[in-house]
Amino acid sequence: MDMEITKEIDARGSFCPGPMMELIRVIRSATVGDVIAVLSTDQGSKKDIPKWVEKAKQEFVGVETCDGYDRIVVKKIK
Amino acid sequence: MSDSNRMSLVVFNGTVDKLYPVAIMASGAVMNDMRVDIFLTFWGLMAFKKGEPYKINQVSKDYEALGPEMMRVMQEKNVPSWYDTLLQAKELGDVHIYACAMTADLFNMDIDDLEPVIEDIIGVGEFIDMAQKAGTTMFI
Repeated sequence: MDMEITKEIDARGSFCPGPMMELIRVIRSATVGDVIAVLSTDQGSKKDIPKWVEKAKQEFVGVETCDGYDRIVVKKIK
Repeated sequence: MSDSNRMSLVVFNGTVDKLYPVAIMASGAVMNDMRVDIFLTFWGLMAFKKGEPYKINQVSKDYEALGPEMMRVMQEKNVPSWYDTLLQAKELGDVHIYACAMTADLFNMDIDDLEPVIEDIIGVGEFIDMAQKAGTTMFI
């Protein structure tokens, strides 16, 4: 995941549905082409977010497991 | 014809342990791009009297003994209040909140006595019409 990150959302410590809702908010105000990384300690995020991305027809870049949290990267394509 | 992209919730209970699922389910529906219609009745409507949402800290009678511990853990872990979670869902999605006319009449409540997040006071007939159009309906 060498893509340049436009915006990082640090949702660590935030519980479901926090990280996902924060991502939706940011994606809406972002511009097409922006790459957004969400940092989350919520166990649901790494499954929830890719599912949402698919449904919302955005692009899922990848998920990286870091030290105690996940880093989920999404690209706004529409 | 029911629409799988619509969900309706009947909120009968006014305790914090029941209001959290209302806010969280509504958020889940927003994530799935669904329209949500929430009908507040009885104790559920009492929770939406002006100034009331942030004051509520009671849990259901069944779990009364665990209430203070639950509230303590939530505070310690900085869990946003159920009301802020619901407001966020409404801000980001197609969420509509209505007050039950029968309850409002019974307790002499007017739209001005209720939180501004409530769009209207409606009768059960109108709500059931919404529920009929929704693929998912829950009673909480």
